Amino acid sequence: MPRKPVEPRFSVEHLSILDSDGNLDAALEPDLPPESLQAMYRAMLLARRLDERMVRLQRQGRVGTFAPLKGQEASQIGSVCTLRPADWMVPSFRETAAMLWRGWPIESLLRFFAGYLEGGRPAPGQRDLPVTIPVATQLPHAVGLAYAAQYRGDDAVVMVYFGDGATSEGDFHEAMNFAGVWHVPVVFVCQNNQWAISVPLKKQTHSRTIAQKALAYGLPGIQVDGNDVLAVYAASREAVERARAGDGPTLIECVTYRLSMHTTADDPSKYRSEEEVREWERKDPLTRFAAYLGKKNLLQDGLEAEVDAEIAEAVARFEATGPADPLAMFDHVYAETPPHLRAQRAELAARLDAAGAPPPAPAAPPDPALPMRGQRQSRR
Amino acid sequence: MSRLTMVKALNLALREEMERDPDVLIIGEDVGVDGGVFRVTDDLHRTFGGRRVIDSPLAEAAIVGTSVGMALYGLKPVCEIQFSGFAFQCFHQIENHAARYRNRSQGRFHCQMVIRMPYGGGVRALEHHTESEEQFYAHIPGLKIVVPSGPRTARALLVSAIRDPDPVVFFEAKALYHAAREEVPEESEALPIGRAQVVREGRDLTLIAWGAMVRVAREAAETLEQEDGARCEVIDLLTVSPLDREALVASVRKTGRAVVVHEAPRSFGPGAEIAASIMEGAFLSLEAPIGRVTAYDVSFAGFARERATVPDAARLVAAARETLAF
Repeated sequence: MPRKPVEPRFSVEHLSILDSDGNLDAALEPDLPPESLQAMYRAMLLARRLDERMVRLQRQGRVGTFAPLKGQEASQIGSVCTLRPADWMVPSFRETAAMLWRGWPIESLLRFFAGYLEGGRPAPGQRDLPVTIPVATQLPHAVGLAYAAQYRGDDAVVMVYFGDGATSEGDFHEAMNFAGVWHVPVVFVCQNNQWAISVPLKKQTHSRTIAQKALAYGLPGIQVDGNDVLAVYAASREAVERARAGDGPTLIECVTYRLSMHTTADDPSKYRSEEEVREWERKDPLTRFAAYLGKKNLLQDGLEAEVDAEIAEAVARFEATGPADPLAMFDHVYAETPPHLRAQRAELAARLDAAGAPPPAPAAPPDPALPMRGQRQSRR
Repeated sequence: MSRLTMVKALNLALREEMERDPDVLIIGEDVGVDGGVFRVTDDLHRTFGGRRVIDSPLAEAAIVGTSVGMALYGLKPVCEIQFSGFAFQCFHQIENHAARYRNRSQGRFHCQMVIRMPYGGGVRALEHHTESEEQFYAHIPGLKIVVPSGPRTARALLVSAIRDPDPVVFFEAKALYHAAREEVPEESEALPIGRAQVVREGRDLTLIAWGAMVRVAREAAETLEQEDGARCEVIDLLTVSPLDREALVASVRKTGRAVVVHEAPRSFGPGAEIAASIMEGAFLSLEAPIGRVTAYDVSFAGFARERATVPDAARLVAAARETLAF
C-alpha cells in the first residue's frame, strides 16, 4: 500500500494587472466605467491627503494616536468598492480609506481619534462595524454576521479587513475554519503590509504566502498585488460574487506596504531601512493608478485642491466639536442603567457641580508616555 | 406543574424561547445531535434543526466571537461553553467585545446573547471541570452574571437572560443539574435579572449565597435554628452582577450580621464586593465583621481534597457561630 496523494489540487495564484512601471495586462483589465475609475482614484487620493493631514493634527496634539494607512489605499479601495451598501464591512484599525468609501464623515473619524466615542458610532442603518483594536478578534464577528445573513435568507456579503500579523492569531484560524465549515458569504481581506509593528513577515510565518493558509480550511485563497487597484478590484469582485452566489468564503492576500508608521507613536527607523521604504515608494498605488488614468484622459484637473478643501471643511467642523460631556460615559454600558451605575453617575454629577466649572476641555493632547499596544515613544 | 431536574428545566426554557422567537439559536460543542454533554440541549436539534442548534467546531473563541457577529446582525444566540474552565479561551471575546459593543458603538449595536457555562465542584471531575469563576466576569462593565440555584429559578432566569438586551453569562452549578426535582410551572415564567430573593426569613444573621451554595446556606440556617435557636435570613443572590445591593443592605439593617459563602477562591472574590457594599449601606447596623466562607486561594485541589476547600454546611455553621458570638 504505497503512499498516495489525497489532495493534489493545491495551487496559489498571484494576480497583477497594472504593474509599478505602468504596464497593463489588457486581457485582465477589469471592465470599469470611467466614472467608477475616477471615483476610486478620488477616494484613494482623499484617503492619502487625509492621512497626511491627520499625522500633522496628531503632531499638534489635536487628535490622538492613530494608525496611518499611507501605501494601502489600493488594497482598501479596490476591495471595499465591490460591496453594496447592504453588504457589511468589518474594519480593524487602519481602514480609514475603506471607512471613507462607506460613508463615514471625515469629522466623525477625527472625533473618534480625538477620543470621542461618538465619532466611532456607525450611522443608523449603516452596515459597518466600528473600529476593532485587538488584533484579529473582529474576524469571528464577520463570520457570525455572514452566518446571520445566510440564516435570515439575505443576500448580504461580509468583507473583513486585517493585517499580516493577524494571521498568527488564533482568532484568524478559528474564523477561517468556521467560515469554511459553515460555507458562509464572507471575504477575508488581508493587507499584508510586510510589517506587524517591528516584526517582518518572515518572522510572522514560514508560509511562502498568506493566501495559501486558506487551502488548509478548504477555501480558495489568492494573492494579489495590493498596490494595483485593478488587481485588488478584480480579485475582490470575484470573491464577492462567489460569496453572494452561495459559493462560500475567500481569502485575498493584498501584498502591499505600510509606507508610514504603525501608529503615530511608532518610529519605523528603529527596525527597517530607508532603502526598503524608498523601494516601495516607487510602487506607490496612487502614482501608477494616476498614470493609468492619465493615459485614458480621465485625470481631473484640480482634484487635489478639491480634496484638500473637503478635508479642510471637515477639520473645521471637527474643531467646532463641543466639549465631551463626562456624564455620557454612563449612557451605553447597559440598555437600562442599573442602580449602582446610576449612583456612580450621580456621584460624578455632584463632583462636576461642586467644581462649578464647565466640563473639561476636549481633546487634551495625548500623553506620549502612555503608548497603545506595542507602541513606544518616538525618539524624534 | 411538573417536577423537573435543573437540566430539564433549562431545556424547557430553551425550547420555549426558540418556539417563541425564531432569532434565538444555540451554538456550542456537542449541543446538537448529542444534546450537550450534560444533555441541557437534548432533543432541540431534532426539533429545530442544525441551522438553529449548531454543532460548532471545537473553538471557544469562535463560538463566542461568531455569536457576537450574529447578535450584531440581530439574532439572539445562546452559546454553550462546555465547562467554565475552558472559557478563558473565549474570555477576550466576552470582555473585549460582547460586553463592550453597546458602548463602543454608542448604542448603534448591542449583543443580546447568553453564554451558558457549567461551573463548580461536586462532580468528581478533573482540573478545569470544577472551578468557580463568576468573579472574573462580575468585574466587567456591560455584562450580567446570573447563577440560578435550582430548577425553577434556572428556567425562569434563562428565559429572562435570553430576552435581556445585554449579554448575560449564565453559570449553571453542575452539582445541581440532577440534584433535585422541583415544581416548574407549565406556563412561561421569568424572573427579573438583578434582583435577589429572600428564601428564608430571619432576624439574627444574614447568609448570602448563590448557585449550589444556596442549599448549603439553607442547611446551615436549619442547623443554627435547631441547635442554637438563631434565626438566619438566607438571601439567594441569583444575579451576581449587577449586584442587588438594596436587598443585601435591607437584610443586614435588620439582622446586623452577615456571612457570605461562595465556591470561588476568597481573595478579590465576590464576597469582598458584597462585604464592601454592605458596609457602605449598613455600617451603623453592623454588630460584627462580615464573614466570608469560601474556597481557599489555591488554583485547584483535586476532587480527593475538594471537600476540604469547597464550603459545606458545617463550615458555614461554624463561621456563623463566630459572627453571632462576636
